Amino acid sequence: MYRQLTVRVAGGIEALGRWGHFLADVGRSLRDVDTWGPLTAVQMRRIGVQSLPIALFISVFTGIVLALLSSYSFTGAVPLYFVGTFVGKAMMLELAPVLVGLALAGRVGANIAAELGTMRVTEQVDALETLAFNPYAYLAVPRVLAATWMFPAVVAMAIAVGIVSGWVTAINLLDLSSPDFIKGLRLFYQFKDIWFGLLKSMSFGLVIALIGCYKGLYTQGGAEGVGRQTTAAVVLSAEMILVLDAFWAVVLL
Amino acid sequence: MIVFRDVEKRFGEKEVLRGFSLEVRDGETMVIIGHSGSGKSVALKHVVGLLQPDAGEVDVDGDVVHLLDRDALRVLRSRIGFVFQFAALFDSMSVRENLALGLHRQRLDARTIDDRVREALALVDLEGAEGKYPAELSGGMRKRVGLARAIALRPQYLLYDEPTTGLDPVTSAVINQLMVRTREKLGVTGIVVTHDMTSAYTVGDRIAMLYRGQVRQVGTVAQIQQTHDPIVRQFIEGRPDGAAAFDAASAEGSV
Repeated sequence: MYRQLTVRVAGGIEALGRWGHFLADVGRSLRDVDTWGPLTAVQMRRIGVQSLPIALFISVFTGIVLALLSSYSFTGAVPLYFVGTFVGKAMMLELAPVLVGLALAGRVGANIAAELGTMRVTEQVDALETLAFNPYAYLAVPRVLAATWMFPAVVAMAIAVGIVSGWVTAINLLDLSSPDFIKGLRLFYQFKDIWFGLLKSMSFGLVIALIGCYKGLYTQGGAEGVGRQTTAAVVLSAEMILVLDAFWAVVLL
Repeated sequence: MIVFRDVEKRFGEKEVLRGFSLEVRDGETMVIIGHSGSGKSVALKHVVGLLQPDAGEVDVDGDVVHLLDRDALRVLRSRIGFVFQFAALFDSMSVRENLALGLHRQRLDARTIDDRVREALALVDLEGAEGKYPAELSGGMRKRVGLARAIALRPQYLLYDEPTTGLDPVTSAVINQLMVRTREKLGVTGIVVTHDMTSAYTVGDRIAMLYRGQVRQVGTVAQIQQTHDPIVRQFIEGRPDGAAAFDAASAEGSV
């Protein structure tokens, strides 16, 4: 029992040390602009543009459900134009950043961990090093920067599409007029609603990419190891999104 | 010159290298033989700083590899070509892109890169394969592309990790011939890690046997072929019974 505890504590300290080492290596690699510069644009397209369909799919249906749920909850007690308020606030502050973040933890996080993990176990990362490349600058930095910048862009579009979807639902299914929906939408709107959601999504992008790169680059043990690390990357990313969501709410709201 | 001095390396409980010392002279091809899991590849990876020793050091032309800073290590690596056991080609890149990547890093102009790629592919008899992707190549072709990627850099040293493992005898002979040809044309110093004795006799000037983490014997091909050391004798003759049989079985697949 005591020995097991000691082993677990030692393992935890070792993992923390590895994380520290990894973050320091990624930070130092930012100086190697010649390496990561050209690759970042490619990753921005892969991580950002190619994530748009799933993000917009989520936001369309979330907008529909939000409009109907709010109408159902408000009936008789709250004026119906508050549907616009609820759809707008919920999409901007919480649902677009978190739902899209969770979906992209799967799509982007798993993709990064599996790709880099496969490169690790097939010695492609070692080959990069022997060709005098810094693997952190070549593999990690472009993905981390691309995710950090593209997540807010994807979430911004998801917010817009979600609100439009809620608006279309409201005027077609709830007998709510467009002016009323827009009146509700503008009622308690603050600029902070937007930047709060985008800041959150930026932090989600940063964390998902860092976790994917870390898990991928520290993969051992062939195909099984790649599978294990990919799963671990998705699970840890999803957990970190929820932790960060609560953190930003406590700090900024 | 590459010098291993009392190198020790451990992975968890497993001691792989226990005071491994070896000198590789300029211009020669040194073959390191030993059982599977004996630490040959581990020793080789110390030369390019992919692994750091727990004790001891590896010197390349007087530079202690594990003490070099990032920039100095990059300069050292640009002088060393490494041919990986399973080629380690970049899946997402064509053969040409695989070869050109390291050349771009050396900041060569586009024309020189084209010339180098063409020359390297010609040297391994793969002209016309520039546009193919690794998934379209056979095992032997992948190894040849891996060799071409290393020699395109015009390295001073070439390190081969199990270059003929997993290949049929004819393809192995082709790879051996390419290694000899590469040395004759480019005059590079080489270290070849293998347990294929045909390959060792064909490409090596000297052979060192790694056993229990140390050099058991080092000598010319003729000296090794005539050795009276029972461990080395058993290995080069591939006999299942003898002094090393138990150790070989216990070491199998451990590293």
